[in-house]
Amino acid sequence: MSKPVALELKNVSKYFGSLAANKNVDLTVYRGEILAILGENGCGKTTLMNMIAGIYYPDSGSISVDGQEVVIRSPKDAFRHGIGMIHQHFKLVDLFTAAENIVLGVKNGQRYNIKEVNRKVQELADKYGFNVDPKKKIYEMSVSEKQTVEILKVLYRGADILILDEPSAVLTPQETDKLFDVLRRMREDGKSILIITHKLHEVLSISDRVAVLRKGEHIATVDTATTTASALTEMMVGKKVELNIKRPEPKNTCDRLEVQGLNMVDAEGIKVLDNISFTARAGEILGIAGIAGSGQRELLESIAGLCHPVTGKIIYHNPKTGESEDLRDKDPVAIRELGVRLSFVPEDRLGMGLVGNMDIVDNMMLRSYRKGHSIFVDRKKPGDLAKKIVEELEVATPSTKTPVRRLSGGNVQKVLVGREIAASPTVLMAAYPVRGLDINSSYTIYDLLTEQKEKGVSVIFVGEDLDVLVELCDRILVVCAGRITGILDGRNTTKEEIGLLMTKTETSAETEKKEVTDNENA
Amino acid sequence: MKMREKTHELPFHVVKRDTMPFWKSMTIRIVAVVAALLLCSVLSVFMINANPFEFIETMIDGVLGSSRRLWKFAKDASILLCIALAVTPAFRMRFWNIGAEGQTLIGALASVGVAYYLGDHVPNGPLLILMFVASILAGAIWGCVPAIFKAKWNTNETLFTLMMNYVASGLVAYFLLLWTPSGSSVLGALSVGHLPVIGHEYLLLIVAVLVLTAIVYIYLHYTKQGYEISVVGESENTARYIGIGVGKVIIRTMIVSGAICGLAGFLIVGALDHSVTTTTVGGMGFTAIMVSWLAKFNPLVMIGTSAFITFMQQGSAQITTRFNIDSAFPDIVVGIVLFFIIGCEFFISYSLKFRESKKKGEKE
Amino acid sequence: MNPFLDYILTSIPLGMTFLYGCTGEILTEKAGHLNLGIPGIMCIGGACGCFALKLMNGTNIPPALIVIISILCAFIGGILMGAVYSFLTVTLKANQNVTGLAMTTFGVGTTKFIMNGMAGNGGTIYLYALDYFRFPFAESTNSLKYNGVMVYLALIIALVASFVLTRTRVGLHLRAVGENPATADAVGINVTMYKYVATCIGSGIAALGGLFYIMDYAGSYEAYKSIEALGWLAVALVIFTLWKPHISIVGSILFGMLYLAGSRIPTLLKIQLDISATPLLQMLPYVVTIIVLIVTSVSKKRENQPPAGLGLPYFREER
Repeated sequence: MSKPVALELKNVSKYFGSLAANKNVDLTVYRGEILAILGENGCGKTTLMNMIAGIYYPDSGSISVDGQEVVIRSPKDAFRHGIGMIHQHFKLVDLFTAAENIVLGVKNGQRYNIKEVNRKVQELADKYGFNVDPKKKIYEMSVSEKQTVEILKVLYRGADILILDEPSAVLTPQETDKLFDVLRRMREDGKSILIITHKLHEVLSISDRVAVLRKGEHIATVDTATTTASALTEMMVGKKVELNIKRPEPKNTCDRLEVQGLNMVDAEGIKVLDNISFTARAGEILGIAGIAGSGQRELLESIAGLCHPVTGKIIYHNPKTGESEDLRDKDPVAIRELGVRLSFVPEDRLGMGLVGNMDIVDNMMLRSYRKGHSIFVDRKKPGDLAKKIVEELEVATPSTKTPVRRLSGGNVQKVLVGREIAASPTVLMAAYPVRGLDINSSYTIYDLLTEQKEKGVSVIFVGEDLDVLVELCDRILVVCAGRITGILDGRNTTKEEIGLLMTKTETSAETEKKEVTDNENA
Repeated sequence: MKMREKTHELPFHVVKRDTMPFWKSMTIRIVAVVAALLLCSVLSVFMINANPFEFIETMIDGVLGSSRRLWKFAKDASILLCIALAVTPAFRMRFWNIGAEGQTLIGALASVGVAYYLGDHVPNGPLLILMFVASILAGAIWGCVPAIFKAKWNTNETLFTLMMNYVASGLVAYFLLLWTPSGSSVLGALSVGHLPVIGHEYLLLIVAVLVLTAIVYIYLHYTKQGYEISVVGESENTARYIGIGVGKVIIRTMIVSGAICGLAGFLIVGALDHSVTTTTVGGMGFTAIMVSWLAKFNPLVMIGTSAFITFMQQGSAQITTRFNIDSAFPDIVVGIVLFFIIGCEFFISYSLKFRESKKKGEKE
Repeated sequence: MNPFLDYILTSIPLGMTFLYGCTGEILTEKAGHLNLGIPGIMCIGGACGCFALKLMNGTNIPPALIVIISILCAFIGGILMGAVYSFLTVTLKANQNVTGLAMTTFGVGTTKFIMNGMAGNGGTIYLYALDYFRFPFAESTNSLKYNGVMVYLALIIALVASFVLTRTRVGLHLRAVGENPATADAVGINVTMYKYVATCIGSGIAALGGLFYIMDYAGSYEAYKSIEALGWLAVALVIFTLWKPHISIVGSILFGMLYLAGSRIPTLLKIQLDISATPLLQMLPYVVTIIVLIVTSVSKKRENQPPAGLGLPYFREER
């Protein structure tokens, strides 16, 4: 490679507690190239990039810019070395114009003159082909415009190494194409661009080289031109790991929940659910696999009645009455009052499912406190339940009067899942129930779910670890960008197959399908 | 080690504390109060030439010196406690109602109004009931107006309730002019609508407020509505998730808050003043906020905090009479004590972590 | 003289009391802090200024210097109060509402104490001092020229504050701190410093309002008793003027007119209002503020909302 080296990481490691987020990572970035950082959720991509951008400081290893070893302890330090990062969550002042946000915090010794800033920002935008009005307020902007402002903010500060954290996650395909055009122009201008992504077709279409990370380790960096989607998937998901989760054969299955043609758009006008149809059966675990933010949350919330899809039906077959009813457009209370029992473990455990400052007993009551006509709350039954959960699930807590905020993540999850199961549901939905949990707690949760399945509950499990999905679930539904890209039999599928479906979008669908068949033939 | 030179970091950083045993947090608070009193007594050395012991002794004497003072102390603390009880449900919901002053005043006005217009036609018993109902209604209305707008359009409740105080005080001024033909605006004590005297003249009032304390405590901790208030206050998202109508709870709670304020107004009129002026509440609506906040919104603890604040006020008032200084002195003492207690809360909820080495100092 | 003109001319100086408080509170709120201590701070300003005047009374310091020194004293008094408030709310992350209310209790009490203490021997000095605050060319009471130096000072401060907030980098950074402290922090703005400086200077400005009201508008030491109520109106005026100091110039004069409406409107309209109607007219500024509060919250126009970070303590680790 004749291009000069812009950035070099040597032996970089970062630990959170005893967990290694990054282990001895080496990475080289050249001037005028686009390097894709590819990996599954939680493989340490973002942590690695945050270390370059000064959010985190590496525990060991070195970072060099232009061949000189540097110390980056804050975003400010990063900017001094020409490094700028565009985060997934934008840091913009909503009430300010684009230009005001871009110039914020810049001290260049010149008098502040907003007209001059507007002109400069416009100039910069024109140079790279951004479509932005410097005088437009952020709150009036679409997500893609906000992203543009973030990129301009970085460029305005003179960055020539840009890091983009999953830039296309919030964009429509058209907007993504436009962004990629801009990125290519920036590459021609000699900038180095690091782009975090797990969408294979994007990697193939934009990057010059790909660095693959898995479980915090750098697996390989390959030239994009000489690799294929299936080769990258293999590097990304790795060899199958035996977990030995018990998976009894489903018994007496029957249809419990029929989702038909669900469509939903979010506040930004982006389609988050695109014609979703599937059936969840009693007595089996239906896994949902997909990149984070592919519509899993919206799907579960629609079923639980927390948000309302535009079109489609959610037919629930009531096992008691034998009747079928549509849950769509019913609020959570109405759904319960109908005798429909949906238990829902939201992704954001402390934010929605539990109240952090309340003790375990009071949190048990969240679901049940309305029961009965007394004006007083009954703490006896929730208290018994709390005791039972603490004992049976081995929740480590001083007492049932301890605020849940003070429990560790695994114990919080046990409390939450325990409460939901205690409602003896007919459908149990759990989103990322093992996130942040240690191995033992995770297995407790898996066993709980399996136990529910054997009791004839229809379990819907949204997971991120493909090994777990493949071993735990009877069927696996794969979603990508709000669409179902496949429904697989959990016993006869592979991680690679799921991995490909997870990253399969309309544009890449054809080529990938071909590769899958090629692989299978081989 | 060159990284060390490049950054200018404080030798310590602030971490949110997980929890602290009760005795420890109490110790911190007591230390703060003692420090505040020391400062006050040192100040008083300069201002009034009294030594600190004299200062403390006078304060205690002012409250415990005679049975009359003790009764006055209990009475003032009760009224303050009553208003503090009123603001508490709203605060537990994180609704910043600083309109207790006006809600109490309008309750008092309603009581006086009923007694003024109906006093000659209705016997005392039913009249008291009418006054009671009118006060509670008036207070509830005054409380629920800002709540409706908060629930519907998220209108800033702090300033709304504050402005309502002045509207209430304007209404009082208006009716006083209407009721005093001379235009003196001084309405003499009404001869009707007095609450019966049981034992001591303040006893009924004190007992009523203590009963109310128990009721509010039970309401907040043991009823479904109280539980809903806590959930809304802790997390509106959770409240929505489990299907609590947040707006409904806000309005309902402010009706309760306002009604208790109205009740306080009724007690002031029926048991103490038998009249109303624009300064009937005299800033207690604001002091009550402190009382409630200091007790971490726990009604039982508020018995202690209201007694504490009243003690400070009455004790330092004694200093003003004994040393012949201005009657504003209690406000200064209470202000300083409050600053110290407000400040010491920081050391209860946060702790300072000193950076031992470079690696430890690393931000997580 | 035209009674309407007279009405306006009297309202202008009264309005300046609000303007000082309002400009000060705007600066504080732009940094994300709702300072309910403003009424107390205004009182303290009056007390400090008067205290300085009393000390200088009878000395041969030139009148102009006496005015400047007493203004400085009021300003410093306000800054000290602001420093206590910032220390509690910024550094110690205390609840802003509770802290503010305690500031007001303390400020009003201290002021009463100081003022009554001074009145004990020779409270009348203030009436002599009153003349210092006039320009030499001050003539009849019914003329714009009669306005004292502090009227113009209020206007200048409001205009400067407006300029700083909208046209300078410091203003941009300050607004960012109040809107979204995490973002401001991320781009390297010293959030704590901005909060401290804005709150202290804001308190200093508000404190001038107290001095102005006692020494210039009312001209009587007794006047300190009304400052608290005026201070709350100044806080309300911030909402009325949508956090814009240049609008608050007009707003403060309007509030002055509303405040005086009770006594002026009947004469103006040549109607005989029952005396009991006066308190109702005096409620006008508060009722108008409530209406504005409702209208702005219903309209949901983003520019008219309070700074997004108002009332929330900023703790970096909690991002």
